Amino acid sequence: MKEFVYNCVSLSEEDFTQGRVLFETWKPVARYAWDAGIAIGRYLRELKNGRLIGVHCPNCGRVLVPPRMFCQDCFVPIDGFVPLQDTGTVVTFSICYIRWDMVRLEHPLIPAVIAIDGASPGMGILHLLGEVKPEDVRIGMRVRAVWKPAEERVGAITDIRYFKPIE
Amino acid sequence: MARNRVAIVGAGMTKFVRRAQETSKELAWEAASKALESCELTLDDIDAVVIGSAPEAFDGVHMKTEYLSDGCGGWGKPVIRGFVGGGTGVLSVIQGWYHVASGIFDTVLVVAEEKMSACQPHPQGAFITIFDNITERALGPNLLWIFALEMNAYMTRYGLSKRDIALVSVKNKRNAADHPAAMLGDPNITVEDVLNSEVLAWPVQRLDVSPVTDGAVAIVMAAEHVARRITNKPVWVEGIGWNLDTAYWTNRDLSYPTYVEEAARMAYKMAGITEPRKQIHIAEPYDPFDYKELHHLEGLLLFDKGKAAEATALGITQRDGDLPVCPSGGLLGVGNPISAAALMKVAEIFWQLRGEAGARQVPGQPKRGIAQAWGDLMQVGTVVVLGV
Amino acid sequence: MIREVAIVGVGWSPFRSITPDLSYKEMMYEAAVRAYEDAGIDPRRDVDSFVTVAEDFNEGTSIFDEYTPDQLGGALRPNHTITGDGIHGLAAAVMQILTGHFNIVVVEAHSKASNILTHPHILAYAMDPVYNRPLAFHPYAIAGMEMRRYLAETGTPLEACAQVVVKNRGNARLNPLAAHAADLSVEDVLGSEPIAEPLTRLQCAEHADGAVVFVLADGATARALTDRPIWIRGIGWANDTHTLESRPWGEASYAYWASQMAYRMAGIKSPRNEIDFAEVDDTFAYKELQHLEALGLCRPGEAGWWTLEGATALTGEFPVNPSGGALGEGHLLDCTGLARVLEVVLQLRGEAGPRQLEGAEIGLAFSWRGVPTTSGAAVVLSN
Repeated sequence: MKEFVYNCVSLSEEDFTQGRVLFETWKPVARYAWDAGIAIGRYLRELKNGRLIGVHCPNCGRVLVPPRMFCQDCFVPIDGFVPLQDTGTVVTFSICYIRWDMVRLEHPLIPAVIAIDGASPGMGILHLLGEVKPEDVRIGMRVRAVWKPAEERVGAITDIRYFKPIE
Repeated sequence: MARNRVAIVGAGMTKFVRRAQETSKELAWEAASKALESCELTLDDIDAVVIGSAPEAFDGVHMKTEYLSDGCGGWGKPVIRGFVGGGTGVLSVIQGWYHVASGIFDTVLVVAEEKMSACQPHPQGAFITIFDNITERALGPNLLWIFALEMNAYMTRYGLSKRDIALVSVKNKRNAADHPAAMLGDPNITVEDVLNSEVLAWPVQRLDVSPVTDGAVAIVMAAEHVARRITNKPVWVEGIGWNLDTAYWTNRDLSYPTYVEEAARMAYKMAGITEPRKQIHIAEPYDPFDYKELHHLEGLLLFDKGKAAEATALGITQRDGDLPVCPSGGLLGVGNPISAAALMKVAEIFWQLRGEAGARQVPGQPKRGIAQAWGDLMQVGTVVVLGV
Repeated sequence: MIREVAIVGVGWSPFRSITPDLSYKEMMYEAAVRAYEDAGIDPRRDVDSFVTVAEDFNEGTSIFDEYTPDQLGGALRPNHTITGDGIHGLAAAVMQILTGHFNIVVVEAHSKASNILTHPHILAYAMDPVYNRPLAFHPYAIAGMEMRRYLAETGTPLEACAQVVVKNRGNARLNPLAAHAADLSVEDVLGSEPIAEPLTRLQCAEHADGAVVFVLADGATARALTDRPIWIRGIGWANDTHTLESRPWGEASYAYWASQMAYRMAGIKSPRNEIDFAEVDDTFAYKELQHLEALGLCRPGEAGWWTLEGATALTGEFPVNPSGGALGEGHLLDCTGLARVLEVVLQLRGEAGPRQLEGAEIGLAFSWRGVPTTSGAAVVLSN
């Protein structure tokens, strides 16, 4: 076998700052206005009202959240919306010191998957935990939603500020 | 079996680096020309081209299939690009397989390229847009979250410690010290180094994670009658499998990758493998994070659930162990240009089965190996079983 | 082909300028349910593999394939996405079936173009980032340059391009799926404001939302499922160069290569005589003419005159875009090619209603990925 040469020129930060290599920059102008549709549209409206809702599958009988117009396991349309509690259980969590663009955070965020009470077992949503010390968070911990005041709610997932431990 | 047996007959790759001077197209060309050279073919001998590349947001080019096509040797040829996030590199081999196994094409050039460094200020920025546009993105999520959430679920379910898992990072970064294209090979790294590295998103620390990388890998695939003319050492595609689970990832049990098991079962069935632990001699599971290697070894049915860490501690997955795992150095050591990293795993099995892996060669002349990749929202498994 | 492949089910969500009532998932679900009912299958039990077609920047989501399986009934099954045109997705499905390992494969593509607020910017993002993008021209200028070169090389009159628009948007009046039906004159088209001369606004297909799902099966399965399978006789796809500086500007070589591959597979030697009608990319009006020539359906320079004589009209000797094409139905982004194929299937099944062609037995669909690409795909179908 012929001796293999692995090509590729590796650059350092200085190559750019000192102008040894030239480059072109571009900031994309990519804006979207996504149609929320029927199921998520209703979910957002109920968030604005300070309520969490799920959907019911007539075939497997499960209550699913976030809402969808079909049960992906049974492939049948759901037969209605179901009110849920705004409490739940931490399924898993992380203590994150990095912002989405890799900037280091002084106070870590605590994202968690939270199984919502009133939905079928394992039906979680992604949200943040608050009013808790990072070292006190546990899998299985019971939590409750902390809502923004009604006048500040806009119909978005951020209408819930975070979930906090139930005393 | 497929009506047309399909072989890999050549492979090539660029060096994996943090920031390459080459453009995406040039990286693709480097790898593609190396792969052709390795089996003494020219572009004229190639019937079709398959491109593997992860999100457009990295290279910063919309419809990047089209932009990359020249560099991948696609001029005047049928070109197709498939996509399943991080699973793309192995998917591209599955696609190469169905191109040839369909009987339509005799030779296919498969090129996987990623230039993550083009995305500024940090490629992680591109990852916020993988989350659900309405129910998740507003929370400001980053990619580390999903790994951290999954890793925590996995550790808790099976009572694993950070130390158990750090062994994987140490093994792979040490293995990579023998790979001439590797970015993060380190023969002296220790478990303490991993455990003392910066906490990014607990339980994920800096050295649990594979790096941002630029690079490209290519392979040449051929139908049996052509493969035998090209080389006396064809490596056969014995089985392929892929599987995508629901996008509602917060509704799933994150402690076990069922989709990897489903993909593996599909590939094993096609390959006639009934006892994977005996019949697979070498494995390159996807290891963008150290715990993922363990997670995937279990999903591939190579170890019992929760037992892969113990096997790692016992040295079973070392290069000279009973089941060498990531002898290349994996993504943790060689680097992680997303789709190219996964195709690198397939190339590694190709070189290992041909006895051409140099300082990385595992002992005992392995006859059958498996490469696997993973991607999306902890959602997809792609599997290829190769044999000689 | 070694193994027969047929389309046994079709479904759609109608093409409309805006679809504020449905999310993309709900739109895909609507099309999928229709296709599965049409094929008489249960996706959770019967489908071996799912192929979706999507581009991240058209969706506004990176790694968009994450969000595809549920609404197709494909969760925890083999699924992958093709970043190409719908007909590339069809090709991926056909190849899988030909391996003998897959009997039923589903193909999906959709458009939520109305949700993209900055489409010209997105399209500009497809140009070479170093050489071309800094020049900051609207990508439609590439079509303008190409059109001028095509007209100059072939002597095609502007009126012929305008007639394509009149014909296609007129045909769309007979198509309930179409979003942009209109009764126009040649003067209306040529008199509309210039976009990139000689291209005027009415010669550019306007976007629409919509979704298309197909169910494909191998010969034996197809015959068991339906008594009217539509057979895929040949399929081909090809790329010319992406580099603006070195491409042939007058001719559509990608269309020639793609169609030659499809004809070879289908055993077609004289396409004009053997094919009864075609659905051909017309996302810019001149493209229909340029493509008809590259596809070997007429000689270079002939398509314009042919169109002016009415030969490509619904009642002509070789109807082209009876559906209304992209000009009439709307430009459906990555789904545009599947919309072309959908019309061919409906015509071959005799389900095209008031625009039904008499005695159609073999049809051709051809798609192009649009500026700035040189990527095309062709498929020959028969009943």
